[in-house]
Amino acid sequence: MFALEVGSLLIIVVVFILILIPTALLGWIERRLIGFFQDRLGPNRLGPLGVMQVAADFIKMFGKEDWIPPFSDKLTFVIAPMILPIAMFLSFAVIPFAPGVGIIDLNVGLLWILAMAGLAAYSAMLAGIASNNKFSLLGGLRAAAQMISYEVFMGISILGVVILSDSFNLREIVIAQEDGWFVFPQFIGFFIFLVAGLAESHRWPLDLPEGEAEIISGYNTEYSGMKFLLFFVGEYIGLTLISALIPILFFGGWHAPFGLEFGNEIFSGLFWLSVKASFFAFFFILVRAAIPRPRYDQLMAYGWLIMLPLSLLNLLITGALVLVQGG
Amino acid sequence: MSVLFYGSAIIAILSTLLVITRTNIVHALLYFIVSLLAIAVIFYTLGAPFAAALEVIVYAGAIMVMFLFVVMMLNLGHVTQDQEKAWLVPSIWIGPSLLAIPLLIEVIYAINLNQETMATKVVGPKEVGIALFGPYVLAVELASMLLLAGLVGAYHLARK
Repeated sequence: MFALEVGSLLIIVVVFILILIPTALLGWIERRLIGFFQDRLGPNRLGPLGVMQVAADFIKMFGKEDWIPPFSDKLTFVIAPMILPIAMFLSFAVIPFAPGVGIIDLNVGLLWILAMAGLAAYSAMLAGIASNNKFSLLGGLRAAAQMISYEVFMGISILGVVILSDSFNLREIVIAQEDGWFVFPQFIGFFIFLVAGLAESHRWPLDLPEGEAEIISGYNTEYSGMKFLLFFVGEYIGLTLISALIPILFFGGWHAPFGLEFGNEIFSGLFWLSVKASFFAFFFILVRAAIPRPRYDQLMAYGWLIMLPLSLLNLLITGALVLVQGG
Repeated sequence: MSVLFYGSAIIAILSTLLVITRTNIVHALLYFIVSLLAIAVIFYTLGAPFAAALEVIVYAGAIMVMFLFVVMMLNLGHVTQDQEKAWLVPSIWIGPSLLAIPLLIEVIYAINLNQETMATKVVGPKEVGIALFGPYVLAVELASMLLLAGLVGAYHLARK
């Protein structure tokens, strides 16, 4: 039960903590980095470098009035914010952190991630329709169209990786990258997955369901206190998830670059996976600071007219090359 | 495993009943999603993880989203709820119940006939793929052509 093997209770607790710490810290890291990029200070008063701002934020959120609007659909209004963090936490069940560290080795692991991403989309949509408010409804509609469109490209873009590694199991995908990362043969797939991941977690600049300047705060306009916190935390878990998935699918997961392994293979694996995941988390924050939000029709046209043909072409060429080489 | 199977089977039946009797369409959709998730668990316990994953991705993750999308687009509100209440009178249950009773008897008979336990063999993604593009390739091609026709039809309707 407490052995260091896949699925033991110890691993489950460790994985839970491994997700919670970066998720809690990301709120502060993001604001500090955005402050740095935009030549201002950011939260720097509480504790060393302002890190206790996280605790202050949480206390503030807990202290707020938890209000359910009388004009809303109460059952759906209460359920909606719970779906996002639950689906995001469940996605981590199939993530292989290091050799022998993980919760389950599902042979449909990649499909599990897609399924959970599909369920997470309900959070924004149900919140939008339950709030019974024009701006929330618009936000929910945008969330539905954006997430269902970009889920398609996300699914097709990772099929190249599945062809090359011959498996849906994420652990086997990482093991298949021992001799070379998949980002080199699958660069187009990586690019599409990056953009689709950004759209799926609807983070800036693709935060059209929230679109603060256009529709106030979109689907979560009516939410306050703990329920808003659930959306907030769910979004950061989503950022952590997508930052961990990109290295696992395209950058060799726990494998060290240039043979820089050290000591125990588990600690080395955890170290390199966190380094790679942190890199992509910082990249997503930089993208937020660098790129303005596109218009809604631009986002949809870009998806269906560029991303879809590109991802299909990538799949076709990858499959043809593997067939020719007699894979 | 059998606890999981019967538990999710009961959840599936109860939530499907609730889908039919709800007058608020969003609540009905919520129960429908629960029912689909329960069916996915049943697939998993029967040794078909690929079918379980597809059930969640395609039905719960895509088709139900489309339903909800249409509900949001039309946004008819309380009018439909009153209409549903008017339609859902006890007398309309007689006909369907009479038709369903023979089916129930057949199901009970079939269950008693076949005492095989579940989960004899796990069917992974690879086996499903080989079956689809081996012996059933014609059916797959026909289904894809039908979908293409639907796509072209939707495009034509939306152009006007």
